[in-house]
Amino acid sequence: MLIMNYHKQINIMAGNSNLKVFLNGIIKENPIFVLLLGMCPTLGTTSSAINGLGMGLATTFVLFSSNVVISLLKNLIPDKVRIPAFIVVIAAFVTVVEMVMQAYTPALYESLGLFIPLIVVNCIVLGRAEAFAAKNSVGKSFFDGLGMGLGFTMALTLLGVTRELLGTGAVFSLKIFSENYGMLIFVLAPGAFIALAYLIAIFNKLKGAKG
Amino acid sequence: MAKLESTFKNMVLVLSLITLVAAVALGSVYNLTKEPIEASKRAKQENAIKEVLPQHDKIEDGELVNLNGMTDPFTIYKAYLNEEFVGAAVQTYSKNGFSGEIKVMVGFDSKGNIVNYSILEQKETPGLGTKMVDWFKTDKGKQNICGLNGGTNTLKVTKNGGEIDAITAATISSNAFLESVRMAYSVYSENYDGLSGATDVNNELSQTN
Repeated sequence: MLIMNYHKQINIMAGNSNLKVFLNGIIKENPIFVLLLGMCPTLGTTSSAINGLGMGLATTFVLFSSNVVISLLKNLIPDKVRIPAFIVVIAAFVTVVEMVMQAYTPALYESLGLFIPLIVVNCIVLGRAEAFAAKNSVGKSFFDGLGMGLGFTMALTLLGVTRELLGTGAVFSLKIFSENYGMLIFVLAPGAFIALAYLIAIFNKLKGAKG
Repeated sequence: MAKLESTFKNMVLVLSLITLVAAVALGSVYNLTKEPIEASKRAKQENAIKEVLPQHDKIEDGELVNLNGMTDPFTIYKAYLNEEFVGAAVQTYSKNGFSGEIKVMVGFDSKGNIVNYSILEQKETPGLGTKMVDWFKTDKGKQNICGLNGGTNTLKVTKNGGEIDAITAATISSNAFLESVRMAYSVYSENYDGLSGATDVNNELSQTN
């Protein structure tokens, strides 16, 4: 339903290119459901809804910050050293996120742990820097980063909700049904693959029906 | 503005400049967050100590204790109420968790009974081993360790001849947790020779392995 509404909005506001760029990341080129980028944190951190949401938001911040900075610097960076330059920018933002999370949200930092520094090598971040920010204006790069990031966050949260609900009978730690009826496998790694596959199928079905 | 050419000079200059700016930015964020990070770690530790101790009005500074056969030291915090010893919190660990080390704070009263515990650090499997956070203080079956005595009760999973129910599908995590609790009791009892049932640490270890 949500997805169909978005599609309607795209049609109505097709004239607004920033909005188009923004929605592109959420629906048409959703990093998880369509581009299948960044699978490592996707499968690794979504054992609960809150972890998926936290990871998504951290990545979103890195995505739009690095997109803006890289698009500002795009003419200053010689082509042959662009990848190391991009990586330095991205790594700097990731480290900032890591330190800020450790200081102000220690509980979330602990549960995401290793995956925060791994945002540096998340294909989406470098992918958008290379494919979008290095060729487009600052404003568009910002919306691209934000859209991609929120698309990623949405996908991770959905996956987290699904796995947490099926695995432990709770959503965001709110009990829906007894844990005894939970299918433990969904909290473990194999469940991540199964749940992701079904979500991609559903997403493509909904997308295909309208597009 | 035209794009900078990929000459050697340009490349060196641009990369150095970018790294320099990044380094300065990171340095300042580090300075800004240093104190909150320290504070949140300290607060967690202090809360854990308070949580696991019986009623008290004074806690002594932590003392490091080394046990035979264990690589890292343990820390013991003694607590007093009206100058009378009421119990101690022991920061303990086990390296036999399902994914590495777990750190636990265990509180004992003056008789060596377990008051409460608090998990400081663990990397166990989400949904399985992570349940240790409250599994062993939930009154259900034989899974509650609070109130049991480190000296007279066998703090092991039932499968290994003990009297504690392991976490469903997480026996390794349960074993590691109970090992850390037994170590905590050894540290506690070693510091109070008057207590009965001080167990030999090496002996305990060989049984676990």
